[in-house]
Amino acid sequence: MSNLNQFAGQARELLRRDTTWPFLVPRQRSPDVSKQVILYLEGLNVSFDGFKALNDLNLYVNDGELRCLIGANGAGKTTLMDVITGKTRCDSGSAWFGQNIDLLAHDEAEIAQLGIGRKFQKPTVFEAHTVFHNLELSLQGSKGVWSALTASLTSIESDRIDEVLKIIGLQNARFQLAGALSHGQKQWLEIGMLLAAQPRLLLIDEPVAGMTAEEAERTAELLTSLAGKHTVIVVEHDMEFVRSIARTVTVLHQGSVLAEGTMDQVQNNPDVIEVYLGEEA
Amino acid sequence: MNAMSNLIEKMTRVLTELRQPGKGSSMLVGVLLATTLAMSAANLLLPADSAFYVSTYTITLMGKYLCFAMLAMAVDIIWGYCGILSLGHGAFFALGGYGMGMYLMRQIGDRGVYGNPDLPDFMVFLNWQELPWYWFGMDQFWFAVLMALAIPGLLAFVFGWLAFRSRVTGVYLSIMTQALTYALMLAFFRNEMGFGGNNGLTDFKDILGFDLQADATRVALLLVTTLLLVIAFITSRAIVQSRLGRVIVAVRDAEARARFLGYRTERYKVWLFVYSALIAAVAGMLYVPQVGIINPGEFSPLNSIEVVVWVAVGGRGTLYGAIVGALLVNYAKTRFTAIMPDGWLFALGALFVIVTVYLPQGLAGLLQRFGRSESVQAARREEDAGSDSGISTREVNA
Ligand SMILES: Nc1ncnc2c1ncn2[C@@H]1O[C@H](COP(=O)(O)OP(=O)(O)OP(=O)(O)O)[C@@H](O)[C@H]1O
Ligand SMILES: [Mg+2]
Repeated sequence: MSNLNQFAGQARELLRRDTTWPFLVPRQRSPDVSKQVILYLEGLNVSFDGFKALNDLNLYVNDGELRCLIGANGAGKTTLMDVITGKTRCDSGSAWFGQNIDLLAHDEAEIAQLGIGRKFQKPTVFEAHTVFHNLELSLQGSKGVWSALTASLTSIESDRIDEVLKIIGLQNARFQLAGALSHGQKQWLEIGMLLAAQPRLLLIDEPVAGMTAEEAERTAELLTSLAGKHTVIVVEHDMEFVRSIARTVTVLHQGSVLAEGTMDQVQNNPDVIEVYLGEEA
Repeated sequence: MNAMSNLIEKMTRVLTELRQPGKGSSMLVGVLLATTLAMSAANLLLPADSAFYVSTYTITLMGKYLCFAMLAMAVDIIWGYCGILSLGHGAFFALGGYGMGMYLMRQIGDRGVYGNPDLPDFMVFLNWQELPWYWFGMDQFWFAVLMALAIPGLLAFVFGWLAFRSRVTGVYLSIMTQALTYALMLAFFRNEMGFGGNNGLTDFKDILGFDLQADATRVALLLVTTLLLVIAFITSRAIVQSRLGRVIVAVRDAEARARFLGYRTERYKVWLFVYSALIAAVAGMLYVPQVGIINPGEFSPLNSIEVVVWVAVGGRGTLYGAIVGALLVNYAKTRFTAIMPDGWLFALGALFVIVTVYLPQGLAGLLQRFGRSESVQAARREEDAGSDSGISTREVNA
């Protein structure tokens, strides 16, 4: 009898009108950054057919920071981004977004929805669409099939697109096909697509590759202006560029962190001089 | 001279209009409706010796072409817009056809050779005593239609779910679709399957109580086919012009980019594949009462490849291109096989090679090339307006 009462009580609790069913409440989706750190990578190992692309890598990135990652070709920079965004599964190690989200438990689409945007090493935009539609598809919001079918552009969304167009300086190319843009403009559009989604963390792989000096300078301004609002991790080979934006630089070598510090500290680090800058000299 | 250039200008304007997604499409719909209505009237109202009389044979031929056009459109939706080259869409077409064929078989009743009121002739011939369970309910039109949609739809869902979730793409996917239709062909050839084996289902008498041999029924079937083609066309156009359509094109061109923006691309592919299979199934359902037979030959891998050629000729990724391509190539096939029955496959192969090499965008691409001079001018005008571009950071800082 008391069992029955208990059951009835539970059922009444479940059917209360003023509360939502627990399984319908969206899960807490934003990273907990109470310790100032937004990205924890610990002991990451990735190997491709025995070749260790990442080797016991440890990296912490603070919330709102602009971090530069440098390293020779094949050092594992892109692989690191692949692991963070769920493209590549790591053999061991852990990757946490804030203190509460285990990145290794999610796939690419989920990680993107959590607020991690990624620019590819080779600029990738939707060439058959206009600049405007590229940004429209990148907006934050439901990415389901049904909502895409019934979606119509709200005024908030179109304001957001205008805002992003202004930030990346492509207002006048709004109705141009993305495929017709110059290489540098495609890079900017791709960054704009990330911004349209209002991410917490931006991973930007070689943003100034193939840009003129002037374009690179503008990109540097853009990226520094993003820091604070977003956390930005930039991979770049162009030392001039890194020097112009860097606050903290991390040097990767053969899949692990070799040195970390300001540009000057890093450049005077004997290990770095030996394995990385030494190669160029 | 002046009149000539005027004419050319007018022609280009018409072509440019046709090129724009909205206008050209409504024009196609108008032409389709007008043609079939005129043909129907000419068949029913004019005496057989009139110069404008359209024979019932022609009516049925046209209905058959329109079914093929619908099938071509189904292939275009996934190939042209999503880059999934299905070489097995004939399977969904044939399954839809078998669904309708089963209904038509049951409609024969006791008018078959053996006069058995429940069992179709081929079952009596095989000494079967009762109807297999999967034939139950197929004497009801609504149930048969439901099954003719549900089975191909379910098959497409399961196939797509398995293939796209494991990220099978490109040639491997095409080969899998070929294998699918080939396996079904072998299965349907077997007598024990209970679908008439080699001979398939045929000798239909009537549909919904109307005599299938009557002119009026034939005309009605043609009109229904046209109507459903138009509805499918308009629905598909609405889909490809929605945000969903833009995501699908994005998946075609840069699937990884779409995925890293948060789209579950495999779900988009699965649902589009199911939608496309359903259209193919409807086409198959309409095809069977008009040609009067469905047999395992419809599952032949070659059939599915032919559909791809129709789409390539018309121009993929345009919807109307697929329809025009299917109509033209099938008309050519009818003409050609009348003269040289054995040469058609060679002609088809040659056509495919010519189109791939010289007309990668198909006939629709040819239209676009005609209208290009104008669009280039428009683009230039826009470019002039937008000569200063660069990054401004002030807004971000503010
Ligand atoms: N999918 C893969 N299969 C096999 N090897 C791979 C794969 N991806 C990366 N690698 C290897 O892992 C190593 C690290 O590659 P990664 O792309 O991370 O380097 P990177 O630091 O980004 O170099 P770059 O500056 O040239 O972009 C390289 O030697 C590369 O060949
Ligand atoms: Mg790289």
